[in-house]
Amino acid sequence: MEKKKAKRKINSSTFLLMITIVLFAVMYIAGMIIFEDKGFAKPQMFMNLFISNAGLIVIGCGMTLVMITGGIDISVGSVTALVCMSAAYAMENKGMSAISAVVISLLIGILFGVVQGYLVTYLEIQPFIVTLAGMFFGRGLTAVISTDMIAIKNKTFLAWANYRINLPFGTYNRRGMFIPAYIYPTVIIALGVVILITIMLKFTKFGRNLYAIGGNQQSAVMMGLNVKRTKMKAYVLDGFLAGLGGFLFCLNSCAGFVEQAKGLEMDAIASAVIGGTLLSGGVGTVIGTLFGVLINGTISSLITTQGTLSSWWVRITLSALLCFFIVLQAIIAAVKRKKKKN
Amino acid sequence: MAQKTILTMKGITKTFPGVKALSNVDFKLCEGDIHALMGENGAGKSTLIKVLTGIYPFDAGEIIMDGKAMVNKSPQDAQNNGISTVYQEVNLCPNLTVAENLFIGREPKKLGMINWKEMNSRSKVLLESLDIDVAPTTLLDECSIAIQQMIAIARAVDMECKVLILDEPTSSLDEEEVEKLFALMKKLKAKGVGIIFVTHFLEQVYEVCDKITVLRNGELVGEYDVENLPRVQLVAKMMGKDFDDLADIKSERSGEVKEGDPVIEAVGVSHHGSIKPFDITFNKGEVVGLTGLLGSGRSELVRAIYGADKADTGEVKVFGKKVKINAPLDAMKAGMAYLPEDRKKDGILADLSVRENIIIALQAKRGMFKPMKRKEMEDAATNFINLLQIKTASMETPIKSLSGGNQQKVILGRWLLTNPRFLILDEPTRGIDIGTKTEIQKLVLRLADEGKSIAFISSEVEEMLRTCSRMAVLRDGKKVGEIKGDDLTQEKIMETIAGGDKNNE
Amino acid sequence: MSNEKKSFNWKAITQHRLFLPIVCLLVVLLVNVIKTPNFFAVSIKNGVLYGYLVDVVNRASELVIVAIGMTLVTAASGGQDISVGAVMAVAAAVCCQILSGGQVSTNELMNSMALAIIAAIIVAAICGAFNGFLVANLGIQPMVATLILFTAGRGIAQLITKGQITYVRVGSFKVMGGYIGKCPVPTPIFFAIAAIIIVNLVLKKTALGLYIESVGINGSASRLVGLNSTMIKFLTYVICGILSGIAGIVASSRIYSADANNIGLNLEMDAILAVALGGNVLSGGKFSIMGSVIGAYTIQALTTTLYAMNVSADQLPVYKAVVVIIIVVIQSPVFRRSVDEWKKKRALKNNKAMEGGH
Repeated sequence: MEKKKAKRKINSSTFLLMITIVLFAVMYIAGMIIFEDKGFAKPQMFMNLFISNAGLIVIGCGMTLVMITGGIDISVGSVTALVCMSAAYAMENKGMSAISAVVISLLIGILFGVVQGYLVTYLEIQPFIVTLAGMFFGRGLTAVISTDMIAIKNKTFLAWANYRINLPFGTYNRRGMFIPAYIYPTVIIALGVVILITIMLKFTKFGRNLYAIGGNQQSAVMMGLNVKRTKMKAYVLDGFLAGLGGFLFCLNSCAGFVEQAKGLEMDAIASAVIGGTLLSGGVGTVIGTLFGVLINGTISSLITTQGTLSSWWVRITLSALLCFFIVLQAIIAAVKRKKKKN
Repeated sequence: MAQKTILTMKGITKTFPGVKALSNVDFKLCEGDIHALMGENGAGKSTLIKVLTGIYPFDAGEIIMDGKAMVNKSPQDAQNNGISTVYQEVNLCPNLTVAENLFIGREPKKLGMINWKEMNSRSKVLLESLDIDVAPTTLLDECSIAIQQMIAIARAVDMECKVLILDEPTSSLDEEEVEKLFALMKKLKAKGVGIIFVTHFLEQVYEVCDKITVLRNGELVGEYDVENLPRVQLVAKMMGKDFDDLADIKSERSGEVKEGDPVIEAVGVSHHGSIKPFDITFNKGEVVGLTGLLGSGRSELVRAIYGADKADTGEVKVFGKKVKINAPLDAMKAGMAYLPEDRKKDGILADLSVRENIIIALQAKRGMFKPMKRKEMEDAATNFINLLQIKTASMETPIKSLSGGNQQKVILGRWLLTNPRFLILDEPTRGIDIGTKTEIQKLVLRLADEGKSIAFISSEVEEMLRTCSRMAVLRDGKKVGEIKGDDLTQEKIMETIAGGDKNNE
Repeated sequence: MSNEKKSFNWKAITQHRLFLPIVCLLVVLLVNVIKTPNFFAVSIKNGVLYGYLVDVVNRASELVIVAIGMTLVTAASGGQDISVGAVMAVAAAVCCQILSGGQVSTNELMNSMALAIIAAIIVAAICGAFNGFLVANLGIQPMVATLILFTAGRGIAQLITKGQITYVRVGSFKVMGGYIGKCPVPTPIFFAIAAIIIVNLVLKKTALGLYIESVGINGSASRLVGLNSTMIKFLTYVICGILSGIAGIVASSRIYSADANNIGLNLEMDAILAVALGGNVLSGGKFSIMGSVIGAYTIQALTTTLYAMNVSADQLPVYKAVVVIIIVVIQSPVFRRSVDEWKKKRALKNNKAMEGGH
């Protein structure tokens, strides 16, 4: 009886995370074998995975937080677009400094977090409807600022964006010259966020309260937790991370335009779900989400490297993967319920 | 034997709009006592507990704890004052570990960070001291309900509660688990914790409790020492009749009991976790009462027959022919109708009109592609509004704006419209004024005379005696007997419900 | 005394379920009349009806059709289908691709119209069934379940058209988004009216409407009276899929092409807005198709107004998002409770003031 229970323990949340890590490893190794000739096996290829997804990693962390409380935020893609556009507009059209662009970006994120959090937490409106409105609002506001693309030429900003950090490993070119693999500062920020949030979730009262609320809100109230304030904080933090992630995204793209980061909310949700975060709340880790993002990135680079497949395959594959994990979660929940009954 | 009183509630009165839920109730809890709080539906047990734990404010009276008057504004307040509650539905977080559930909201910290090591080791000590066999790092979800309940109790104990309220903790436990829980309760008792134990299981009361307080209709019936109160008397007190002056209530049924004309026969039907296998037969023109205390399985029995909870075993025969019942619709097609116990949750479609609420069952029975004509619906609605004297502004009024009694009549009309052979009425008169109550009772008798077979459930024995010609008695999820003919007296029924010896002094 | 009587009548009017939608529509129309005095002017140019009003009614057609489906889904499952726009794109892609026989552009029909339309509608119904299965059978929240097709849909549409915009430059295809023969009324209007009539007929001639409301109001009670709530929810998603498909065909006929990226873009938001504006509660239960239809026309009128005020298409969502938030806040039980409490307090104060005066 006890042994059986121990087995089941692996089955639930850890099980989903393990699937994810194995899936990532298999996909990446398969890619290395199939596309070796196209340079897939190079260390830099792996680093690129982080470079191009730094923003998404940060946004995914925020998404994971609200999903742990049982909520969701589909406004993050639009917030990213709005942040990029605002930063570009502030620097290029208003001549502001790069630092003030950072401040503006973070403020936009926090503002979205506060308003959406208030509507969800205190007025008890479905998070989906609230953030759906936020999604359209953000995208529309981006167009209000400018319908044309604004390329960023601010020197400080570009210096940040192009500051290469060489790593102690790399490859040798044909002439035997050592070419180190490199990353950008965005990657360090993104990984820093992952580490900080991991610590926060595991070792702070706030972090544990998030799980408690997602596990059983009623119980959390009965155990004396301030559910509303905790939820509100989660949305504000999520907004802040969306602002920060948006800025990292901007450092990567160096431009602002209306159609930017379209569907990013989907990437973030998919990454979280693939990384083992339950849609019903209460379970999830940002490490898992990190792997979710990496899987997401691997799919996209596999399809790009392959060359003949069109770019929409990325979307479709990702949706299929999301669908698979959602159904898996539903089945696990159903099995659990059945076991409980007997 | 001078026990210290830790909690006194005096003259507690609580009124809800239109109902007096508690009137002038006294309650006293002594240190190291396990004190059973008993009463049937609507007796006021849960209101009393909610008043004590600060979920409801009270209108009059006072609560004294440790010699000081106290008013709790919220469960938190109560907890801070040393009163903890453990409910049947465990109020813990299934996705966290046992240790976290014990310490959430008051985690031990080191440098501002949660100190998991200390939390786990303190949990281990706590769990061991209470003989709870579970590792602190286990996820709560992996624990059985019994263990979860014990963890909730351990949490309360560690928060230094002086008064522990256990609200029906044993309803979903098996015997072995109940034993473990009782061992824990006895341990706490030895530590001087006062326990208020709410349960429907008589056996359990006599096994662990020291005192019993009985409530009925929001009033205090009395406080008794367990050893001085035989079971039969306890049942009598709960059901509202003093054992000594049992007035024989004669059945108002005319005609004879019809036997051997079975409409519905259930053989070995059961539903896991709620009702053990039972056999029962309902004959034509007969009102069969199902009695037993709340939680005895009387509702679960009919739900299993009707397919509301799909039966795990056994078979149901209609007019001797085996019928497969997977969902309520199958039962309806076999001529059954079911008026559920919880009118609000399972009965009314709140926003729909009286007319729609009346015709919905017949419409569902006919199928989607055979919609009823407007005229037909209106005729049916008018017919039942007149027949049952439903007081409503019009047939288009939403049912939610009707009074409870009239809502119940609408639901009754809904089922009569389907012209059933077998009608299940689960607490049809609960929360309804006396006038309507009598009307419904008379209607039940008339329907039986018309040849329908009826299963009737009620918490009130008098009502059952008046209407039923035969009664099945349930106890602890099991059908324990059938009573009919001259045996059909209040005394006999209560004895059967109580089980055990008549005089267990 | 007379005042009392008046307020009573007023109450009866304001409590009619179509009160809010009609008032919204009137407000928008009023703004239009002030802005553009010739708003209601309808003339005939080149043998077809011409004018702002005609334009609004014409352009609203797809939205009306989709909003009907959204209403049913909302009523039965208490959630919304956010994949409607994407499903429109898929249906348009299937339709155009069959008509063009796989070519990027065609000047003649390669397959019969009937085949293309039926295929498109079947594919849309399958999309709806997919959503319905996730929601009704697996119990996944409607918005999460439909999020899958919301993102994948346009990708699938591009897959079908091989990433191109497939043009069908054939007169008979353009009819659906243009005009039938010499009829001066735009065809999409007929589609919208037909959808309204057919769905209303289905709801009237079967008991589906009553079933949907019952399931949305109280699932447990519905089960006990013999309704199969899984089946009913599933059905509403299939219907919503089919209606989205029809809307997609009309939309693609307007531009005689299948533009996977733009057909039905942002329409999910408009449809949800139409349902909410129509006085339907977004958490399910009683519904009014006519309310949603009026809501849809209101939104199109609003869109036209905003266009007239030089707001670009990209900027529109800002205003719509604000309207959605206002509506859901007004609908939210928490907000209503606090308003009630505020009213009570004020009444109490008034009473006290009166007593004091006495």
